[in-house]
Parts: sequence; structure tokens; C-alpha cells
Amino acid sequence: MNEELKVTKIRNGTVIDHIRAGMAPMVLRILGVERGFPEVVVMAMNVRSQKIGFKDVVKLENQFIPDELVKKIAIVAPQATVDTIKDFKVAQKRAVELPSELFDIVRCPNRNCITNSAERVPSHFTVERRESVCLRCHYCEGLVEGESVENLL
Amino acid sequence: MLRWQGRDVISIRDFTREEIESVIAKAKKMCADHELLRGTVLASLFFEPSTRTQFSFNTAIQRLGGSVIGFAGSESSSIAKGETLRDTIKVVEKYADLIVIRHPLEGSARLAADVASIPVINAGDGANQHPTQTFTDLYTIEKFQKKIEGLSIGMLGDLKFGRTVHSLAMALTRFEHIKLRLISPPNLRMPVPILHELENVLTYSETEQLDLRGLDIVYVTRIQRERFADIEEYEKVRGTYVLDRKSCEQLKPTATILHPLPRVNEIAPEVDQLPQAKYFDQVQNGVPVRMALLTLLLRGE
Repeated sequence: MNEELKVTKIRNGTVIDHIRAGMAPMVLRILGVERGFPEVVVMAMNVRSQKIGFKDVVKLENQFIPDELVKKIAIVAPQATVDTIKDFKVAQKRAVELPSELFDIVRCPNRNCITNSAERVPSHFTVERRESVCLRCHYCEGLVEGESVENLL
Repeated sequence: MLRWQGRDVISIRDFTREEIESVIAKAKKMCADHELLRGTVLASLFFEPSTRTQFSFNTAIQRLGGSVIGFAGSESSSIAKGETLRDTIKVVEKYADLIVIRHPLEGSARLAADVASIPVINAGDGANQHPTQTFTDLYTIEKFQKKIEGLSIGMLGDLKFGRTVHSLAMALTRFEHIKLRLISPPNLRMPVPILHELENVLTYSETEQLDLRGLDIVYVTRIQRERFADIEEYEKVRGTYVLDRKSCEQLKPTATILHPLPRVNEIAPEVDQLPQAKYFDQVQNGVPVRMALLTLLLRGE
């Protein structure tokens, strides 16, 4: 990791690395980081990376990310890694992975879909394509592709 | 062996070519037999009315000795009291052997199938799917052309909102060497996601010209006035995409004209007399196709 990022090494918390360049703000949105968020948050954008060219990095102190949120991150940053830090050491390393099916993670954009009705059915998508993500609603069979997915998280 | 017993019929996407062909083959052999499904109860849940589809299922089950319970229109049902679809399905499955559902929301039939332990047939879920119509279309094509693969098929009219043409196009990707000609006004073209599904699987072309030459099948759909902001534009289009005696002169003598019905004026009544006009046979074919599906799902063969 770069020299300047070492400065902000955290004792306990989470480091999300190898985020596709430019997507850190989206990751923060997924994590619920907004005005009033009580912990230390460090965000670096467009950092040179040997693995993916340029990347974004997010560090959160005293925050641990549940698997459900890791799946959401996988949609916007498919190559990201999520490291849990305990006492300055990496306690757990997770590579985000987009599962073949997403339950209750992405909202269906079709207003006439049963998942958007009074029925209160959790959304269910199958992943049709991982590279430039493409999802199909299990119920209404509608497709959601590319950047429009980000608005449905 | 294909497994049919207890299966659901929700979307044409769920069926392989082999399965489609076995439905067609079964439908050809169907004839009235009051012993075959004797004692079977079909629950017909029509949350929005569709008289023809409902009649066709009722006729199919009654010709096989079964009977029907159900309703049409949500006012008369427990929905009016606020019951969820899931609860309705869980209750109804205790009374019936098979559920046929039509519902205005897309994905409703899939939800019903996920909840129910008995087979569910989708008789139309909003703008999404109506697979028994597609099976009927394929059966009719096969009946008059003696094959499906290799045919030149024209789809005419509203290809943007027309659920039947979307499903049929999807089903045709299962067959080899299909040539599809998509004839529509520019604002009613086949949606791009569906075109993507057709790419590399069959050959298609798009045109605004009413060019029917060389087609084996002409599948006509209704152009609805609501689709146009401008009434003049609608009137112009309405006059352009019409089958009458004159435009039918382009047709091969062996061609087949289909239409999911009801029609308004996109096929002139004079066309009904032509040997190529088969849309009323198409309606009739809905019965053996539904008899075949009911038998497969309830008997397994």
C-alpha cells in the first residue's frame, strides 16, 4: 500500500481496497456514511494500483461490514477486497464476490412488478452477466444493466 | 425423460426446444376424454378479466372430465378484503389440483408458483408473459407449416408493447435457421433488450415497409391508439400497417396469417376468406394445447 495511506492505519475497523476508481463515494453511500456518521472515515480516490491501474480505498474505524453489504459492494466494485482489522492486524480478508442470485439487495425498477406492490415480496434477481453487471428480476423478468443498478441499491 | 408432473408453466423462457416440441406433439393427440382427468379440480384465479383465456382453460379441463372453481375480477374475491396473493394461493391450493392465474402485476404468477405446492399455469402476468398463448402460436405454426425451424416469420404492428410477439420471438430462438422480419412504425419497434436476446441466435431484420414477400408466417398485432401522443400520427400508422386484399397479394399461397385476437381493423374482414387466414383456427388450437399442458402437469405424460 502507498506510503501516504499508511499514515491513516487503523486499530480496529475495515479497509475496503481495490475499489474501481471513482466508485468510493458509491461504496460510502452503500455503507450509510453521511452527515453525522460518528466514526473516522478515510477515503482515497484514484490511487495508483499495480493490480487494477487506478483504485479507490475506503477505511472505516470501528466498523465491521456484514456479508449483505459486501454483496452490494460487489455490484459497484467487483474487484474490491474487504479486510477486517483488529489491533492493527488483518483479522479477516474477504474478496467481494457477486453471488449468482441476489435476495433483497437490488430494488426492481419496474413499478408494475409484484415486488413493488403491497404484497411486500423481497426482491430476487439472478445475475446474467458479471462483467458490466446485468441482472434479471426473478419475478417480472425485466433486465437491469450497468450504471442504473447503482440507483437501485 | 422430461419431467412434467407437478411442473409450473410461468414463462416461455423456462422451456427448451425439446419440451416445446413435446407439448406440440401431445396437443396433436388430444381429443375429448372425460375419464382422463376425471375428478380433477382446476382453480381459475382471474384477478383481471380475460373471458377468452378463461373460457379456453375451462373448456380444456371440462373436455377431460375435470371441473373448475374460481373467480374473475378482483372485486368478488378476498383481494377486495385486503388478502395478499400469497395467502390466497395458500388457501386455494387446499381445494384444487392445479391453479391457473391471471393477474395485472408482472411476476405475480412466479410468486404464486413459488408459494404453491400444486402446479401453477400463468394465464398472463401484466405485460410480462402469457406462455399458453405462445404454445398455441407455435402449435398453430407447426400445424400449418409442418415445421418451425427454417421458417421466415414476419411480425407486424405494435412490437414494442405486444407481449405475444415478445414471447413468440423468444420461443423462436429455440429453433434453427429462423428468419424474423420485424415490421413496425418507428415508435413501436421491438425493445432493444429483446433484440439482444435474438442476436446471434436467429436472423432478424427491422423495417417500416409493409413488405410481406417471401414470408411463411405473418403474425399481426393490434396498434393501440393510446400508444400515440399525436392522433394524426396514429391515423397515418393505422392505415399503413393493415392487411387487406391488396397487401395480401404479396403473400405466398402457402403463407399463414396469425393474430392473437381481438383485432380491430388491422386485418380487413375480406382477408378472412383467403386460404392463408388462420387466426380463427389459432383460437381453436388454444384448447388442445391447454388440454395437453393440463394432462402433462397432472398426469406426468
